[in-house]
Amino acid sequence: MLVATKNLMITLIDWLVKPLSYPFMQRGLIAAVLVGVVCAVVGTYVVLRGMAFFGDALAHTILPGVAVGYIISGGAREPLFWWALGTAVLASLGIGAIIKNARIKEDTAIGIIFAGMFALGIAIISTVRSYAVDLSHFLFGDVLGVTTQSLVWMGIFGGLVLVFIVAFYKEFLTLSFDPVLAVTLRLPVGVLNNLLLVLIAVTVAVAMQTVGVALMVAMLVTPAATAYLLTKRLPSMMLISAVIAALSGVVGLYVSYYAGITSGSAIVLTATLVFVVVFLERQGWPRRKKI
Amino acid sequence: MYPHIPHRPDQPILDLQRVSVRYEGRAALENITFHLHGGERVAIVGPNGAGKSTLLKVVAGVQHPTDGEVTVYGSGPSGHVCIGYVPQRSQVDWRFPVSVADVVMMGRIAKLGLLGWPKKRDWDFVQAALETAGLADLYSRQIGELSGGQQQRMFIARALAQEAELMLMDEPLTGLDTPAQEGLLALLGGLQEKGVTIMVATHDLQQAAHYFDRILLLNRKMIALGPAADVLQPEKLLEAYGGRLRVADGKLNLAALDDACCDEESHDHAH
Repeated sequence: MLVATKNLMITLIDWLVKPLSYPFMQRGLIAAVLVGVVCAVVGTYVVLRGMAFFGDALAHTILPGVAVGYIISGGAREPLFWWALGTAVLASLGIGAIIKNARIKEDTAIGIIFAGMFALGIAIISTVRSYAVDLSHFLFGDVLGVTTQSLVWMGIFGGLVLVFIVAFYKEFLTLSFDPVLAVTLRLPVGVLNNLLLVLIAVTVAVAMQTVGVALMVAMLVTPAATAYLLTKRLPSMMLISAVIAALSGVVGLYVSYYAGITSGSAIVLTATLVFVVVFLERQGWPRRKKI
Repeated sequence: MYPHIPHRPDQPILDLQRVSVRYEGRAALENITFHLHGGERVAIVGPNGAGKSTLLKVVAGVQHPTDGEVTVYGSGPSGHVCIGYVPQRSQVDWRFPVSVADVVMMGRIAKLGLLGWPKKRDWDFVQAALETAGLADLYSRQIGELSGGQQQRMFIARALAQEAELMLMDEPLTGLDTPAQEGLLALLGGLQEKGVTIMVATHDLQQAAHYFDRILLLNRKMIALGPAADVLQPEKLLEAYGGRLRVADGKLNLAALDDACCDEESHDHAH
């Protein structure tokens, strides 16, 4: 009996440790946790301000920039981070300006730009002969292909995003809760709005390689929405969101390793499952039997 | 970092000169001229779409007038952080993850400056403001768990924490039951003793007449501004409300002027 338990433990530990013997898995785990935490914290504002569609559009809009970088650098992965970053920042400010000034409805304007830019990105990548594999990496992520160098830049920029979120905590909170109060307190509302858009853009660039542009919005909204159901204060919402995202990253990667499914979708599916469980629990389900 | 222009004590707390606001050619406010004295309580009354909210936003410096000039203690409102604006309850996301104290602390952030964090003095301000508003027990309550009257009091506490000298309130009484309305009006009375100047948009002419020093009768143009006895005259009310006015036995039926439609609306949004 004791021996059986001991053997089970050894098997379990072996099961957990074995993937870690591969350097690509170690880097992948660090990337998944890092991306999860940054997306989750920024995502609280995306959820509270109803910017999910903006986040989704922004992620897709960077594809042409990444595609041009991909062709110029001849398929090398590391420069792509900078192309993604540059395109994301430009696109976020561009979409922000269009939302402010457009004569058509906001979501329509975003929809037009988003689909147009996405199509342009696919068009550019399709000029390269072996495009199918690379395209799927851009769309759905390739966390196991993250290099140490990329990881360093992701850490630096992800860290910067978190520093800004903490430093401007009270300003972003007030602006999100009551924009009219922010104006009467004479906060630099325009600058702060654009700063938040840029922070979302940097987050998208940091996360691109891990989850890909098509699944990005899930990392921005799913853990944050789960945390929203569980708490009544913004700081705890950020913390819970980050923990859920980091756990989803780790669990998702193990699932990906053993079940042989792509890492990006495994991570997103894990986060979605957590959301569904929490949602059902909050709805009072499964119902307890009345005695 | 944040601008705050010094007050000129020789100037009125609020002065509007020929203020007009137009949205895409349509006039929301036309040629409004008046000034307020410090510590006054003024009720803005008028039918739906009369421009009550627009007037408050122009005074707050949130909206810029198309023509004319607004000054607060002698300079434009956008240089002042002493104007407290209490939004309509229907405009607020009550499920936002903030506590009562969080919201009241927001009133302090202009004083904290960029990158500043609240200090003990600021938390003391929040505590004192909540005590004045009668909400000290609800300090860490999530805002969606408050009653309608408590929600309005929270925003008044926020304006107190902001050290507002001019408080603007958009339909604070709408959707509240009578005891909550009475409590709120009593709280406003206490603020007047502290020298706070108050402008309130309301539908209720009887309360306007009973609790406020002057009434501003508005329907895009300013029809009258003065004590209730002078303003609530049949010909003036007819000018403001047109066909919606009912006159029974030669007396004005003031209750008939309440617009039921918008009350319903704010009930829906508040939940």
